[in-house]
Amino acid sequence: MLELRNISKTFNPGTVNEKKAIAGISLHLEKGDFVTIVGSNGAGKSTLFNAVAGSFYVDEGTILLAGEDITFQPEHRRSRVIGRLFQDPMRGTAPHMTIEENLALAYLRTAKNQHAFFSRTTRAEKQFFRDQLALLGMGLEDRLRQPVGLLSGGQRQALTLLMATMVPPKLLLLDEHTAALDPATAEKVLSLTRSIVSQHHITTMMVTHNMQNALDLGNRTLMMDDGSIVLDIRGAERQGLTVSDLLERFRSGAGKALDNDRILLS
Amino acid sequence: MFYITQTALELGFMYALVPMALFLSYRVLDIADLTTDGAFVLGAAVSVTMAASGHPVLGLLAAMAAGACAGFVTALWQTRLGVPSILAGIITNTGLYTVNLMAMGWTSNASLLKQATVFTRLRDMGVSRNWHELILAAGITILMGALLCAFLGTRLGLSIRATGDNRDMVRASSINPTFTISVGLCIANALTALSGAVVGQAQKSADINAGTGIVVIGLACLIIGETIVGRGSMLRGMVAVIVGSIVYRFIYAIVLYTKVVPIDCLKLVTALVVALAIAMPTLRQWVAFQQRKLAAREKGGT
Repeated sequence: MLELRNISKTFNPGTVNEKKAIAGISLHLEKGDFVTIVGSNGAGKSTLFNAVAGSFYVDEGTILLAGEDITFQPEHRRSRVIGRLFQDPMRGTAPHMTIEENLALAYLRTAKNQHAFFSRTTRAEKQFFRDQLALLGMGLEDRLRQPVGLLSGGQRQALTLLMATMVPPKLLLLDEHTAALDPATAEKVLSLTRSIVSQHHITTMMVTHNMQNALDLGNRTLMMDDGSIVLDIRGAERQGLTVSDLLERFRSGAGKALDNDRILLS
Repeated sequence: MFYITQTALELGFMYALVPMALFLSYRVLDIADLTTDGAFVLGAAVSVTMAASGHPVLGLLAAMAAGACAGFVTALWQTRLGVPSILAGIITNTGLYTVNLMAMGWTSNASLLKQATVFTRLRDMGVSRNWHELILAAGITILMGALLCAFLGTRLGLSIRATGDNRDMVRASSINPTFTISVGLCIANALTALSGAVVGQAQKSADINAGTGIVVIGLACLIIGETIVGRGSMLRGMVAVIVGSIVYRFIYAIVLYTKVVPIDCLKLVTALVVALAIAMPTLRQWVAFQQRKLAAREKGGT
């Protein structure tokens, strides 16, 4: 589904602040893969997501999504088929617009709405939005006309998750999307993520600093360090792996201990 | 008094298109678009010139098209070429001065003498003699308000609103902000130019300096309207700009009539009111902070 061929990105080249954020990463994801990514501070996890989503163009290498070369496609074009959630729940929704309007924007991704500039949200679509919101189990289906700014962080993040997946994307990027939520809400959003992803078989990449989550969710775990993937665990070797195994594997893979001040070991 | 009321209403409706444009650019898109002054004169210049050659109605439409072009140029600078948005507006505004002179045939003042305007057309159709100006001005403004309100509910309109509300989210929702900003600024400046066009034909003249400070007056109207009507839905916004514009013109008329302050000082007063209104949240914070400091000092001092 997603194929990265030897991509690199250097920030501030030729200055004292030069930083090789991605150093020649190659990666192949099968359709339906759910990959969790852990790594030390500044390992390049978010940069990798930015590169795939198109926040900047890579210096070298090729990015293919579902066989299509998207290396030079602008971000807004890629976002038709790539859903994305950030750590900050405020980034994914428009606070002064209603829940319904936000969903209508997310629904622009559908082919028939792509160029229907002057059409309005139909009754059938509103009903569809309501049904989808009901699946979140947060009572948002009765608050369609309220501005999103009134929702809590957890509700906003759940709404963003719905917006990113309502039209199932080819790739879903989750960048520590539960890190800013309280534990109970985080658990709720995580279980929603799990059910939505498995229901639509969405190819997913998830950055997390919760090592247990990294092992519990998905079918493959990557560990990153200094702009490279140092560890790629899947299949049988991932079965029954514990957090301490993972840390040990990281130490041997990266040649140093995992250095992340936000890491959650349990 | 009756005459003042009527004039204030007429001018209020005619000029209401400017705060309406600013509602779109400043409130919805969150861009301070300083093309406004030039676009206003551009509208007046185009409409008066067209009316002079016998096409008053076409003049209004051409003025809107010209305004949209001006908005597009400003959008081009800031979206494609990385010019900061305020500077982009100022640059376009400066260039428009020459364009406006050109549109008026290289004079700084163009007048209509006996030629028909949209207002005289309406009067000649037999619409009540004294009310035709008010009816037409109100009709155009309310129509534009209704159209803009409806537009902001369409998918493109929602995309434009989201662009001003959360740009990160827009990029992640398959919307191209370059496109939405361009469309928004085109529409905003088309409205501003239409205001200039209507005012120009009503006053039967276009002056190269007629637009000076119109953006600040427009903001004043917007703020007055939002203070009275409140903020929230798009419809409320449309009502607010019209109410604000009319109230502003009433204040203007009263000042003119009673001479409480010399009329020449009104721009200074307007500028101060706008600056204070925009600074209000910061001022409130500062006052609250000072009160807290004072309270803390009293507690600690004893």
